[in-house]
Amino acid sequence: MLNSRTKLIQLTVTLTACAFLLVPMILSVMAGVTANYFQGISSGLTLKWVFRVWELYADSIFLSLWLAIACLISTLIIGLPAAYGLARHPGWLSRILEEFISLPLAVPGLALALALLQLYGSMKGFRISWTFILVGHVLYTLPFMVRSILAVLASMDLKTLEEGAASLGASPWQRFRDIVVPNAMPGILAGSLTVVTLSIGEFNLTWMLHTPYLKTLPVGLADSYASMRLEVASAYTLVFFVLIVPLLMAMQWASARAQRIAQ
Amino acid sequence: MTLRLTNIAKTFPDGTRALLPTELTVKTGEIVSLLGPSGCGKTTLLRIIAGLETPDFGSTIWFDNDDVTSLSVERRKVGMVFQSYALFPNMSVRANIGYGLKMQKLSKSEINARVTEVLEMCQLDEFSKRGVDALSGGQRQRVALARAIAPRPRLLLLDEPLSALDASMREALRDELAVLLRKFQITAIFVTHDQDEAMAIADRVAVMSNGRVVQSGTPEELYRNPNSSFVAGFVGNAMHLEGKSAGKLLTLEGGTQHLLSEGSGQNVYVRAEDVRIDEAGSLCGEVETVTFMGTHYRVGIKGIMPNVLTSIFSGQSAPNVGGKVRVSIKPQALMLLPEGEAQA
Repeated sequence: MLNSRTKLIQLTVTLTACAFLLVPMILSVMAGVTANYFQGISSGLTLKWVFRVWELYADSIFLSLWLAIACLISTLIIGLPAAYGLARHPGWLSRILEEFISLPLAVPGLALALALLQLYGSMKGFRISWTFILVGHVLYTLPFMVRSILAVLASMDLKTLEEGAASLGASPWQRFRDIVVPNAMPGILAGSLTVVTLSIGEFNLTWMLHTPYLKTLPVGLADSYASMRLEVASAYTLVFFVLIVPLLMAMQWASARAQRIAQ
Repeated sequence: MTLRLTNIAKTFPDGTRALLPTELTVKTGEIVSLLGPSGCGKTTLLRIIAGLETPDFGSTIWFDNDDVTSLSVERRKVGMVFQSYALFPNMSVRANIGYGLKMQKLSKSEINARVTEVLEMCQLDEFSKRGVDALSGGQRQRVALARAIAPRPRLLLLDEPLSALDASMREALRDELAVLLRKFQITAIFVTHDQDEAMAIADRVAVMSNGRVVQSGTPEELYRNPNSSFVAGFVGNAMHLEGKSAGKLLTLEGGTQHLLSEGSGQNVYVRAEDVRIDEAGSLCGEVETVTFMGTHYRVGIKGIMPNVLTSIFSGQSAPNVGGKVRVSIKPQALMLLPEGEAQA
């Protein structure tokens, strides 16, 4: 009796929490496909607003995707060797470096953006180019990539594995290619998905760095909320969900896998 | 291949002298064991031979007539079996064994043929497609050995190859390893802290202590004619008979013992199998422990010297604990060694 009552309470709390999270989302998405929000669902369902969003903000969507890919490539190029170096030479210096790379996690995006603006704001060409936003995104996402790879690398005896490969005649580059990268792959995958998801969803820093011609997906979202009719803004949310939710799910899966291996 | 090491020494950056100048020659096809307690420098010496550690200036390493001192590990053509095996988790058993051949840029068909040959030799055929995580300890050890041997190295180096295994498997795999190494007909050096392992596998054992090779010889030589207290204690667990010697007589707490030669200034050692429980014996003590070992008893006797004297007793019924026994030791079985280093 007591048991079933406890269960009932648990179920109620869980469902209430879910409703609390889901209802606004559903309402917002519904608003995006309703012909006229003020008349309600009776006015009929339509994809008109979604197409309108596409007309108005396709550039933002492509810019965001492009930025995410560029950001991923940059963090891979910087992060993989960095994580490898940190894993290969553990010590106080590596600890300090790791903390240093992780600093952008603790500093608010706005402060980071302000610092970038102060430093590079006067370089006109750079200031108005998409690479300026990229720099911000790389700074912000790099720690996720490095930590994710480092966790996997630290869980294996990298030094001995490399010595084993070396004794079989593998050069440093062959060792990196054949041993380090394949074994770090779960961490690389988890890190990559995190970086892409964060880059697509980043608003704080991007909002400070963007120019009217360079609106990313979340910046466009804010713009549509501020200046478009409610249905368009809601349809925008829908588009945003469609892009980000699969990425989020893939990220969950990849990091769970990386953690299993790191244990 | 003949390996010749001259004046090999290693000082770590913090000033620790891990290895004092050491000479060692290993003949073609010989299997040599570096035996010693932990921290004696045996692994450092092995890693220097492999090229994983750089020796101090003035050291030279010769593979036949090639000076390989400045050659990096990947160009030395040595096979190495690590204590943890260091198998590549991202590769199958086959790919692990074929990796060294791939690095030599052999053709696919040649790699396949060689891997198959080595798999058969090490009785690993049925596991070839598995990942290395799906293998038992003994199988991993064989894969590590197969991987090291597949590229036909000039020299095979093994770092404590059996210590990662369960005690119950170790003995069986020790004999298997001894057979395999002879089948490969390769010059091999292996490091161990276990004297039984060294004796069972090696043609020649180099006993190391405090960064030096203190004695090197066949297992029989080391056992019968140790040149120092350390070797006597470490190989075959000889016991130090602590007493006062005058002329050819050694006076112990439990009686006197004849020596074959002048005993002053010498330490007298004896092995448990030479201590006999004998009613006509000249030494007298009290039985402290009796351990049944299957084929024999180990009897611990106190009162003969400050420490317990152990005797191997192979009779049917062991003496009772607490009872008095008389013990005799043949003077020929005693080892007189110069005083010096303490027993391990």
